Amino acid sequence: MGVMQRIKKPTTRRGKKVLLSKEPQFIEGPKQCIFIQGRKPSERARKVLKDIYDLKKPDAAYLNRKNDFVPFEDATLIEKLCYKKEAALFGVSSHSKKRPHNIILGRTFNYGVLDMIELGAEKFKSMSEFHNMKVLAGLKPCLLFNGPSWELNHDLKRLKSLFIDFFHREKVETIRLQGLEHAFSFTATDDGNIYVRSYRILLKKSGQRTPRIELEEIGPSIDFKLRRTRLASDDLLKEACRVPRELKPITKKNISRDAFGSKMGRIHMGKQDIQRLQTRKMKGLKRTAEEKKEMLLKKKKAKKEAKAQAQ
Amino acid sequence: MDLVNEILEREQQKADKYKPITVEKHLDVEFDIGTLVAFDTNDLDSKLMKSEKDRDSYLESLTRDNTQLLLNKIWELSTERIDEAIVVRLPQPTTVMPRAKPVPKPKPLTKWQEFAKAKGITKTKKSKLEWDEQLQKWVPLYGFKKAAAEKEKNWLIPVPQNLDPMTDMYEKKASEKSEKVAKNELQRLKNIARARKVKIPRVGIPITSDKASSTQLATATSVAKASTASLGKFQDKLPKEKDARGKGVHELIPGKERKRKLPVPTPAAEKENNLSIIDRILKKRPKIDMEKAVSKHIHEEQVQRSEEKRSMKPMKGKPKGKGNATNFSAKKPKGGRGQRNPNKKNPGRKRR
Repeated sequence: MGVMQRIKKPTTRRGKKVLLSKEPQFIEGPKQCIFIQGRKPSERARKVLKDIYDLKKPDAAYLNRKNDFVPFEDATLIEKLCYKKEAALFGVSSHSKKRPHNIILGRTFNYGVLDMIELGAEKFKSMSEFHNMKVLAGLKPCLLFNGPSWELNHDLKRLKSLFIDFFHREKVETIRLQGLEHAFSFTATDDGNIYVRSYRILLKKSGQRTPRIELEEIGPSIDFKLRRTRLASDDLLKEACRVPRELKPITKKNISRDAFGSKMGRIHMGKQDIQRLQTRKMKGLKRTAEEKKEMLLKKKKAKKEAKAQAQ
Repeated sequence: MDLVNEILEREQQKADKYKPITVEKHLDVEFDIGTLVAFDTNDLDSKLMKSEKDRDSYLESLTRDNTQLLLNKIWELSTERIDEAIVVRLPQPTTVMPRAKPVPKPKPLTKWQEFAKAKGITKTKKSKLEWDEQLQKWVPLYGFKKAAAEKEKNWLIPVPQNLDPMTDMYEKKASEKSEKVAKNELQRLKNIARARKVKIPRVGIPITSDKASSTQLATATSVAKASTASLGKFQDKLPKEKDARGKGVHELIPGKERKRKLPVPTPAAEKENNLSIIDRILKKRPKIDMEKAVSKHIHEEQVQRSEEKRSMKPMKGKPKGKGNATNFSAKKPKGGRGQRNPNKKNPGRKRR
């Protein structure tokens, strides 16, 4: 619903601006994220969320209030908060005897929950426990997914997409080579364990142009266990993943490249008119001065005759 | 040869000083360089993964290898220099992320916009300021300082001749303005309803004005009358009542759906249509209603006869039958037994 298609018009110019900024765009910016605390979250669960918040920082908000709610039973609060904060990603921390150190990560589409995946933080070492230099805030990290399970398990497949959505930050055209500082590794085993590690990339000399990579762990290091999931139906996901026609690349016709990489073009020519073709001028075919005079006389005669006839 | 060997050895030593940048993998690692993601589908070392002690170092070495592969790919890309920094141009990402909000739809056109588009009417840009002769200054077309200028201009408004001299022209102007605003708002709402395909009533007495026009009332009655199960067939009519007429009224009345004629496809077809209509008109011959014609004929004859009778009245004394010039015939009289002719005055012999 556009701003001008609202029944009630915005009363102030500022209000109209706010509404316009909330309208869907063809090219969307980085997704905003909110972190919510559930009922009595454990110290560990809270810290996990805080560390993820620290890594996501410019595009995230940490809501300090505890909320007595169960996202898997009733997600209205999440939808409401996501609407309020204009966020498309959310994380919830909670703790119970049945599900200790519970972390729920998810995303929304059009202010409705799209995916929601529950993870148990079985082991956790926070960023502050690693005493070393951290990476700059707001860097685009390298994401590495290890293990065949990411492809085989349907839930993990979706979780992979969710992790990329969470951490890839933003689509960029160019990247500074020295800014490739942060590597996130997600390793999944067959029994549903997910090991999340975060490293700082050190570029060492290799004697060649490409540097030798060394890693230094900066935290957080989390061992997740996959719990309940609530995934979007394929239809909804397809709708959400739709690429607008305006953004699709336009294919140019009749242009191809051969094996050597040179550009080939096919051109369609019209029919050539041979009658009007300019051929080589030759002196021998030219009219002489006498011939020209004769032609002029003939013309004059014809004109005179025509005049006489007309009278 | 010695020199060559020496150089080779030196190169070897140089290479040994650095660790390698190549990584051996059983299966190729997949990349999405646009989003800086690598997918390593090789099997993990289950033995190392299970042991608490070695897991972290194993994960680190695994990640290092994959990072090395990813960065090797990135370093292959073409570099540029932007503000003292060396950057690489990333290709388009291949992994599609769901959007936060649906793809925006094109704005539906308003009724006017649709009309203007059909007619090819384009907006003409008006200047924001206009020179006012009366005030001798530039006055904005609308917005800030327009109202003040208007106020200054209309310090006196003459009452026209045809109006009641006691009318308050300022009040009249204000009400006209508010009516315009209301109309505009109504049109906006109508446009929204049209865009959302909501049906809104087009008839009935509008609530906003206290008096309805006669056409509105007529339309309302016509619609109300036709709104029975039998589409108003058995509804009584007032002596001089007429059905409502006007643009768009016909469609409102139930049971009076009219199919619109399709537009003419080509000028040639149109011409043919029109010619056929003219032909039909020119070829028209009067229709003959036999019954009517016969009865008319009979009537005429009767009138003629009665007139004749009337004119013959004064000649009553004259003898009938014989010596009538009109009745003359060479045939022998049949004594009333021949064919009877009702038109004849003397129907046969007088019987006693």
